[in-house]
Amino acid sequence: MTKTILTIDDSRTMRDVLRMALIDAGFDVMQAVDGVNGLEVLAERRPDVVITDINMPKMDGFGFIEAVRRDEQYKNLPILVLTTESDDAKKARARDAGATGWIVKPFDPAKLVAAIKRVAA
Amino acid sequence: MQVEQITAESSSREYVAFRIGGQEFCVDIMSVREIRGWTPATPLPHAPDYVRGVINLRGSVLPIVDLARRFGLPLTDPTARHVIIVAQCGKQTIGILVDAVSDILTTPANAMQATPEIASEVAKTFVRGVHAIDERMISLVTIDNVLPPPAPVAQ
Amino acid sequence: MDAMAAIRVTFFQECQEQLAALEADLLALNEGSTDSETVNSVFRAVHSIKGGAGAFKLESLVKFAHKFETALDHVRGGKLAPSPDVMKVLLRSADVLADLVELSRDGNAIDDDCWLPTGEELSALSVAIDAPEDDEEFGSIDFQPALIDIGGNDVFPAPNPANDAVFLIEFSADAELYDRANETLLIFRELQRLGNVAVACDTTRLPLLDALDPQAGYLTWNLQLTTAEPRQSVDDVFEFVNGDCHLLIKTEAPATPTEDAYDIAALLRSVQDNNDEAAALPFSGPLQVATDAVPLSTSIGLARADNPVTAPTTDDAANGTSRAKASANQAPATIRVEFDRVDRLINLVGELVINQAMLSQRVLEADFEGSSAVLLGLEELEQLTREIQESVMAIRAQPVKPLFQRMSRIVREIADVTQKDVKLKTEGDATEVDKTVVERLADPLTHMIRNAVDHGLESPAVRLAAGKPAEGVVKLSAAHRSGRIVIEVSDDGAGINRPKVRAAAIRKGLIPADAILSDNEIDNLLFLPGFSTADTVSNISGRGVGMDVVKRSIQALGGRISISSRPGYGSTFSMSLPLTLAVLDGMVVSVGGETIVVPLTAIVETLRPKSSELHGLGVDGRVIAIRNTFIPLIDVGCELGISDRPIAPETGVTILVEAEGGARSALVVDAIQDQRQVVIKSLEENYGGVSGIAAATILGDGRVALILDVDAVVRRTRGDLTMYAMEKVAALGSA
Repeated sequence: MTKTILTIDDSRTMRDVLRMALIDAGFDVMQAVDGVNGLEVLAERRPDVVITDINMPKMDGFGFIEAVRRDEQYKNLPILVLTTESDDAKKARARDAGATGWIVKPFDPAKLVAAIKRVAA
Repeated sequence: MQVEQITAESSSREYVAFRIGGQEFCVDIMSVREIRGWTPATPLPHAPDYVRGVINLRGSVLPIVDLARRFGLPLTDPTARHVIIVAQCGKQTIGILVDAVSDILTTPANAMQATPEIASEVAKTFVRGVHAIDERMISLVTIDNVLPPPAPVAQ
Repeated sequence: MDAMAAIRVTFFQECQEQLAALEADLLALNEGSTDSETVNSVFRAVHSIKGGAGAFKLESLVKFAHKFETALDHVRGGKLAPSPDVMKVLLRSADVLADLVELSRDGNAIDDDCWLPTGEELSALSVAIDAPEDDEEFGSIDFQPALIDIGGNDVFPAPNPANDAVFLIEFSADAELYDRANETLLIFRELQRLGNVAVACDTTRLPLLDALDPQAGYLTWNLQLTTAEPRQSVDDVFEFVNGDCHLLIKTEAPATPTEDAYDIAALLRSVQDNNDEAAALPFSGPLQVATDAVPLSTSIGLARADNPVTAPTTDDAANGTSRAKASANQAPATIRVEFDRVDRLINLVGELVINQAMLSQRVLEADFEGSSAVLLGLEELEQLTREIQESVMAIRAQPVKPLFQRMSRIVREIADVTQKDVKLKTEGDATEVDKTVVERLADPLTHMIRNAVDHGLESPAVRLAAGKPAEGVVKLSAAHRSGRIVIEVSDDGAGINRPKVRAAAIRKGLIPADAILSDNEIDNLLFLPGFSTADTVSNISGRGVGMDVVKRSIQALGGRISISSRPGYGSTFSMSLPLTLAVLDGMVVSVGGETIVVPLTAIVETLRPKSSELHGLGVDGRVIAIRNTFIPLIDVGCELGISDRPIAPETGVTILVEAEGGARSALVVDAIQDQRQVVIKSLEENYGGVSGIAAATILGDGRVALILDVDAVVRRTRGDLTMYAMEKVAALGSA
C-alpha cells in the first residue's frame, strides 16, 4: 500500500523539494503550510507519517506536535521534524513535544526515505 | 542512396517569388508569415516615403514598406490587387507591399548565383544573389534592412 | 525544465518575497516595533532562505544565512537587544543576503569578500552571547542524560569496511519511545536491512501483570547484527530513539548467537501470533489503538506494554491554537499566475475593446436608431467591456511598497558612503500601479534617491550650523491623483543652488550668458543632457547618468517629471505616471484627413477662437490670447507633416494643452470626433520611435490611429530657452 506523507512547511521551496523527493520514492504527499493548516489537513485524512518544519507562522512545529499528541487518535502517528544539523536544542524541544524523529536539512533523498522507513510501518 | 536524397532535400530551399515593377524577386519562405491584400495604411509622420504607414494586423501595428520605392523605383500606387507580404524581420514583423506574388520556388541552395557586378548600390544592399529559372532571373532579396534605421528620436 | 530546475525557480521567487518581508520587518524593528511576531517573521524569512539554499547546495548563501539566523535567534530570544548599532548590522546583512541571493540566482561565482565582513559582524554580535547560552540550553535538554548508556563513535573505532563486522546490541525501550510513536519492531526491521540479525528477548524483567507499570519498558532485546555497513549506519537506525531506551552497542568478533535467538522474521511471526492471544488478555487501551493499523504494527501492541499517556497539556499551546485559528482568515487568498497568462488576457481584452467599438460603429452606421433595444444592449456591452478591462488591469496592479523598500537600501548605502545621517520616510506605499511601471521606475528612482542624499542633503555639520537636525530626511511618497500615480522624492536639504546651476549652464554653453531665466527654468536646467552640478563627479550620483536620463525614462513610461525647490528647505522631484501602460483616455480628433488621439491628461480645455483673439508673431508664428495670456498656436497637421497648409484656427478647433513643466500651447485641429479610452499599441515593437507620436491605437473601424506625444510636439515648436538648449546639445551630440 502506498504510504501517504503529510509535509508541513511554510516555504514553498521546501514543500516542493520534499514533494519531489517523496513522490520519487513512491510516496503519496499531502501538504500544509503551517501548524494550523497541518491540523486542518490531518482532520481530513490520516497520513502515515508527518514531516513538519519547526519555524512557521501561526503555529510552529512544536505547537503542532504537542497538539497532535494531545489527541488520543494520533498517539501512534509518526512525526518527523525538519531541522538543521547543528540544532540539538531544537531536536530536544521537538522530542519533548513528542516528535518521533527528525530529518536534517539539507537532506538527501536516501536519508529522507531511510528516516521515514524507520518510523513508518 | 537514401543518404544522398536526404542531403539533396535538406539543402534545397523554398522561396516566395513576387513582382515589383516588372522585375522578379524572392524571399526565403521561412521569413514569410502570411500574404494578404492591400488595406489603406495610416501614414507615419516624418517617415521616409517608402514607409507607407501602419496597418492593424490582428491587434498589432504593422509597418508597411513599399519595396519598389525602397529599391529606388517610383512609388507604388496601391490598389486592391496589390499584395502585402507579412514577414518576420529579426524580432519585428513587417509588411512588404509588392505588385503580386508569382510563385513558390523550390531550388537547391547551390542554384544561387552571385549578384551581377553591375548592380546598383541599392541592389547591393538588398540582393543576396540571383536565381536563373528557365528564362527568368529572380533576385533573392533580404528584408533585414528595409526599415529605416532607428532615428535618434529627440525626446 | 526538470523538476529541480522548476523548484529552483520557485525558490528564487520565494526568496524575493522573503527578502521583501525581511526588509519590511527589519525596518519596523528599526522604527522601534516590539512585536514578537515581527522578530519571528524576520527569523523565519532568513531560515527559509537558508533551508532552500541548502537544498540547492548554495554554500555561501547557506553560510551567511546561518550566521544571520544565529544573530536573529538571539534577538528573538531576547538575548540581543535591537539597538541602533545592532539594527545597522542586521539591515546591512539583509542587503548582503539579497546580493547573495541574486548572485546565486544568476549562477555567478560568489566572492567570499562580499559577505565575509558582514558575516564577521554578525558573528561578533553572537559571540558575546553564545557561551553562556550554550550552558543554559544544555541544562534544559532533559532527555540528554539518558545518552549515557551508548558509546559514542570515539569509543568504538570504525570497523574495517572490507569485512563484515558483528555488532552486539542490547536494547530495551523506555515508555517514552512509544510516546513519540517510535516502534521497536520497525527499528529491528531497519537493522535487518543492514545485514543478518539474530534476536533474543530477555523477559526476566517482565513483572507479573498486577505489578506491571504500564509506563515502563520491561523487555530487553539482545541482537546480533552481522553487517558490512559501518558503525554509523547502526547508530543511525537508533538515531530517533536514543535517549528513550537503554542501548548498548558493542563490536565483536563473530560469536555464536545466544541459545534462544531467533531470526527476526521468525520473531515477527511469533509476535504476531502472540498478539492474537494478547488480544484476549485483559489489557486496556493500547491494543485498541492498533486495530486500524497494519498487522505488523498490531504486533507492537504486545511489545510496548504501555497505556495511553496523557500528553502534557499547556495552556500556552492551547491558546496558540485558538489564536492561530482566529488569524488564519486574515490574509486574502491568492493564486499564483504567470505574467504571460495575464498579459495574454490583457491583450485579448484589448481586442475585445476594439471589437466592441467596431461593433458600435457598425450598428450606428446601419442606422439602428429606431431599435432602442439594440442600442441599449450595445451600451451594456460597452459598460461590461470596460469593467472587464478594469478588472484585468487590476491584476497587473502592484503596490509600490517593494519598490520603496528597495530604496531604503539605496539610502543606507549612500548614507554610509557620504557619511551623512539620513532617514527615509515613505508615504502611500500601498498605492498600486501597473507592474511594468513599478519595475521600470526602479532605475530612475534609484538615481533620484542617490541624488537627494548625495547632492540634496548637506553634511551633518553643515546642517547643524544651519540650525537643522543633523539627520536629513528623504521622503518618498506615492498617491493616486486624477487617474495617474504621482511619486515624489523630496529632501530637506539646501535646495537647488540656482546661481551655481545657472553659472554651470553658461560655462557649458547650454544657455547664453545673458539669458534671462525664471527660477523654474533654472531648476529645469538640471534635466539637460550632460548637466552635472557636482564639482567633482562623485561615484555615487555620477555613474555617467544624469537627470536627463531619469527624465527620459519617466517619459518613456508616459510620465512627466517636474522639480521644485526652496533654497534652504530642500527640493522635490515630482513624477506623474499613468497607472497602466495599456490604455489611455484620449480625445479622438481629425487632422488633415487623418485621425489622431490626443491624451486627455494633457488637455486643459477646447475652444473655438474668434479672429480677434488671434495674433501673428514673427514670420509664421501665431499666438492666441486666452484670458490675457498669449499662448502659441501649433498646427498639428503641419507639425506632423500630414498637411502642407495650416488650418485657419477660426474654422477648426483649438485644444489648449499643458505640457511638461506647465507650459501651455494651443493645438489646432480640424474637428473633434470623440472622447474615449483607447488601447495603447506599441509602434516600437515592429517599427521604431516616431517623433511627435507617443504610440498607436486601433479604432472602431479597425484602422490604426496615432497617439500624439503632446510634450514632444510642444517642445519642438516652442522657442523655450531650456528646450533651445536641449536641442542644441542634441545637435552637438549627433554632429
